[in-house]
Amino acid sequence: MRDFDYIRPATIPDAIAAAAEPGSAYLAGGTNLLDLMKGGVTSPERIVDISRLPELNRIERLDDGGLRIGALVRNADLAHDAAFARTYPAVAEALLSGASAQLRNAATVGGNLLQRTRCSYFYDTASACNKREPSAGCAALGGENRLHAVLGWSDACIATHPSDFCVPLVALDAVVEIEGKAGRRHVTLAEFHRLPGDTPQRENALEPGDLIVAVRLPAEAASFAANARYLKVRERTSYAFAVVSAAAALVVDGGKIRAARLALGGVAAKPWRSRSAEAVLLGAGANEANFIRAADAALADASPSGDNAFKIELARRIVVRALMSAQAGTPERLPALPASPFSNIPGARHDA
Amino acid sequence: MTLELSLNQQPAHARQGSSIGQPLTRRDGFLKVTGAARYAADNHPPGMLHAVLAVSSITRGRVASLDIEAAKAHAGVVEVMTPRNRPALAADPDAKDHPFMFRLDLLQNDQVRYPNQTIAVVIAETLEAATEGAALLSPRYEALPARVGLDDAESFVPRGVGVGGPAVQHKGDIEAGLKSARTRIEATYETPAQYHNAMEPHAIVAAWDGDRLSIDTPSQGLAMAQGRIAGLFGIAPQNIHIRSPFLGGGFGSKGMISGPQVLGILAARLVGRPVKLVLRREQMYGPVGHRAPTRQTLRMGMDGEGRLTAIHHHAKTASSTFDDFFEPAADASHTLYASPAITTSHEAVRLDTGTPLFMRAPGEATGSIALESAIDEAAHACGMDPLEFRLRNHAEVEPMTGKPFSSKALRECYSQAAKAFGWASRPLQPRLMRDADGFLTGWGMGTATFPAIMFQAEARAVLKADGSGLMETGAQDMGQGAWTAFAQIAADGLGLDIEQVDFRAGSSDLPNAGIAGGSGHTATAGMAIHNAGAAVIARLADLATGNEASPLFGAGNEGVLARGGRLYRRDDESRSESYAEILARAGLTEIEGHGKGAPDPASQETYAKHAHGAVFAEVKVDPDFGQIRVTRLVGAFAAGRVINPRLVRSQYYGGMIWGVSFALHEEAITDRRSGRIQNANLAEYHVPVNADVPSVEALLVHEDDPYVNALGIKGVGEIGITGTAGAVANAVWHATGVRPRRFPIRIEDLLV
Ligand SMILES: Cc1cc2nc3c(=O)[nH]c(=O)nc-3n(C[C@H](O)[C@H](O)[C@H](O)COP(=O)(O)OP(=O)(O)OC[C@H]3O[C@@H](n4cnc5c(N)ncnc54)[C@H](O)[C@@H]3O)c2cc1C
Ligand code: SF4
Repeated sequence: MRDFDYIRPATIPDAIAAAAEPGSAYLAGGTNLLDLMKGGVTSPERIVDISRLPELNRIERLDDGGLRIGALVRNADLAHDAAFARTYPAVAEALLSGASAQLRNAATVGGNLLQRTRCSYFYDTASACNKREPSAGCAALGGENRLHAVLGWSDACIATHPSDFCVPLVALDAVVEIEGKAGRRHVTLAEFHRLPGDTPQRENALEPGDLIVAVRLPAEAASFAANARYLKVRERTSYAFAVVSAAAALVVDGGKIRAARLALGGVAAKPWRSRSAEAVLLGAGANEANFIRAADAALADASPSGDNAFKIELARRIVVRALMSAQAGTPERLPALPASPFSNIPGARHDA
Repeated sequence: MTLELSLNQQPAHARQGSSIGQPLTRRDGFLKVTGAARYAADNHPPGMLHAVLAVSSITRGRVASLDIEAAKAHAGVVEVMTPRNRPALAADPDAKDHPFMFRLDLLQNDQVRYPNQTIAVVIAETLEAATEGAALLSPRYEALPARVGLDDAESFVPRGVGVGGPAVQHKGDIEAGLKSARTRIEATYETPAQYHNAMEPHAIVAAWDGDRLSIDTPSQGLAMAQGRIAGLFGIAPQNIHIRSPFLGGGFGSKGMISGPQVLGILAARLVGRPVKLVLRREQMYGPVGHRAPTRQTLRMGMDGEGRLTAIHHHAKTASSTFDDFFEPAADASHTLYASPAITTSHEAVRLDTGTPLFMRAPGEATGSIALESAIDEAAHACGMDPLEFRLRNHAEVEPMTGKPFSSKALRECYSQAAKAFGWASRPLQPRLMRDADGFLTGWGMGTATFPAIMFQAEARAVLKADGSGLMETGAQDMGQGAWTAFAQIAADGLGLDIEQVDFRAGSSDLPNAGIAGGSGHTATAGMAIHNAGAAVIARLADLATGNEASPLFGAGNEGVLARGGRLYRRDDESRSESYAEILARAGLTEIEGHGKGAPDPASQETYAKHAHGAVFAEVKVDPDFGQIRVTRLVGAFAAGRVINPRLVRSQYYGGMIWGVSFALHEEAITDRRSGRIQNANLAEYHVPVNADVPSVEALLVHEDDPYVNALGIKGVGEIGITGTAGAVANAVWHATGVRPRRFPIRIEDLLV
């Protein structure tokens, strides 16, 4: 393993100053970064360990009704915070559908947003990868790509963003609070991750030294609590990344949809908010026919990037089911198999 | 060697008489859950260095250059071993003196013949320095196109398959059988390359002292490893001491000593200090064996009553370009179903991979999933229930050879498992069952079978002046519970309570216990232990019955029983004497006896010997998403005498879960252009997690077999995979109406 400096700053400004030096990387839970370092995928010269910065570890209710989640809050702690899970049930469900209990105990909010793609060629340093090495080429094109992107991909990169957590977050208009050399700024999660275009190595809005300090949920996000679900199809019952997932959140009044949120996971280089599907739903009757129209709208621009055409049809079906189960209502208790089709969610329709 | 820690950590079990048959918990369990069990890589002799493999990132070609200077310049790096300075060997690693000798990559030249092949070894003061040194080698290659898939090379008929069986075998006239059939099916099934992925990676700590070699390394066959290493280094086997008290799983990949393990020994030789070498997870995808991919075609014919008239099982598989191991998949059709005509045939290609090797149920597992799927298709074609169809074609004698079975309680297995599962209410047609939540529900079954194999083993038994016993054999505990089961056999053989027996295993300086493989370890080493016990008891009986002062005087050898540390007169149990008394009178501090375990050639000729079982599976499938979950597995197995029901059940559970894995999860995803395995890690190489196997039940069906061996033991280690994988596939068909023809079954295969 390459030698690197290890710094544990005591304050946020110290952290930012240290991380602004070229070749630096923040260390949070380390569940992704250390794997990448061991595989030689990234070799930072300086590790800036932020894991013990106390002010990043809080969940705060804001005066305007919003919520501020510190970047170092552990995935498990957030999901098991009773008030949080009650107010943002789809987010809690998404968190608990990710990784394993051990990983969730270590993984942090900021780290989850910034986890890298699971594209195997990105991890395999013997393969060409534009994301790892700009202009090297993309080995996933024409390779083993049945789980790659069907939306927003480019010829330079067809990788997906693997996070579950980010999917309901982007649906709920989450905002990323960033502190950098120039001070604090807010970027919506929808704009935080970038599509690959010609520069797949540029994955998000962060500049060198930028630290995610918190993720904010606006007051309105709480209004979906009664009708919000996350649904994730995977290749084993637990401990697997999404093949495709969806977060759906509705406000239904007298059979009409007053507000709708929809986002897809595992389909693009970013958590995929579908405003066109939301537009179809807004004001429409909360019924299957409209959910199917919304699903068609959500996938209208989808195209296979390889052996993955099935993901488009799969995504359509997941959107419909996620909307159906959101309409049926958030369950009293989080299901034992969070986000799984096998969680026996009330209102699930398995007789299609 | 003895274990540093006693394995007698638990209170004595209250029981009468025999240790055999008791559900004892693992005697090594306490050491394992407390972390006290010392695995190979936990050994750190003084002065030890760390070796790290630099492995090839190309699949085929040669290494053009290595930046050895850069690696050596890195702080802490002591030496870089390449073909140029690798210590000389007494034997060519590419020599193959017998079919069980596999060619090794020991830096004999600059050629690359598969990805992850070792191209250099960096030895350093720390693991980190060695790792970085390996990265600094920055190899350059001359690469050639890789041959990756079953269609990428010219196929041929191998000279032998598996352990050397004929590639093609016939019984009767297959074409006539097919012609005469009322109903015929033909189907092709594909299974992927799979890797053993034992939790414990291959690891070695090697230390030389002149020409004596001391090794800590996991091994499923200590004597074989000793012999192989002795041959390579030109030293006497007895100069090599291998300790392998615990293996963190082997599944066949630790049967033969592997190239990387020998490289650890070479590294220690080169630097003159002890060296530790542990494979990284991804480095286990290449040099330590795997299960080869197969493409199997089955043709079957059935008469008007659903009786098979012909079975043709053809398998295409792959070996490496430089060695021979051909997965004997089609041979699965030799033993299960009666048919007047059976043909099994194999063809193979050579691909740029590491050499495939034995992997838990090699041939049986791959062959079973195809055969059991095809049987299911045949039953459906005949409009018959799959169980009724299997019973209709039940083999009363071994189909291929016509030999009688030494024992076969398969009908009992079918009926017990079917009853426990509730099979009788199954609708014949697929896609008819839904559960309350609307999931498609399907029930499928498969027949399990595995041959009862024995190797050669020896054991040494000692009775001591204090009346306690010692049993020694170089047996291997891979986690299957050998420490416990063998101690139970030893206790019975010595007529002692298990707490009175010091059982020693896991070291090459003990008598050769053969291989922990082929599901034959308990039978083979168990018989050696049993016979060693009998031998030492016979000596003890001689001492007693020949001495006028003994209450047993004159009873004769046949006339005494050994039990609870005493010998009793068979005809008068009120007359007895303790072992300690007998030895004390004879003035002996200890006596010993030796025993062997081996197959009986006469009964081998006469009888077909197999374990059998029946497995029933329930799956739920989401009708929209094609996501599958196995909700229930019930298996019933008849495998002769059960030494320890708790351990035996664990073996069945493990095998059955592997069957689920085979049907639904496991696959090495290989880039078809580069030949590189894309999921060489435990996050992406899927095996079932707990949520994938919510309910597993294994029933032990009583079976007495007087012919396999005196203890009546068959084997239980591998049979669970067979039958199960097919049962799951058949259940998926029954749920969905979609017949899985490639494995693992994928979501997109079921999106209809
Ligand atoms: C086997 C496995 C399975 C997994 N399965 C899933 C799954 O099913 N679903 C899922 O969503 N995820 C899954 N994950 C991913 C997991 O959620 C992420 O690894 C985790 O969330 C990363 O958080 P961390 O705190 O450990 O980040 P780290 O590894 O510490 O950091 C990740 C990256 O973020 C940067 N970083 C961290 N915090 C900050 C900050 N505050 N500001 C700026 N930069 C920062 C680091 O520099 C690094 O580049 C899985 C991971 C593994 C290993
Ligand atoms: S898809 Fe993206 S991450 Fe994967 S190899 Fe191509 S460029 Fe790299």
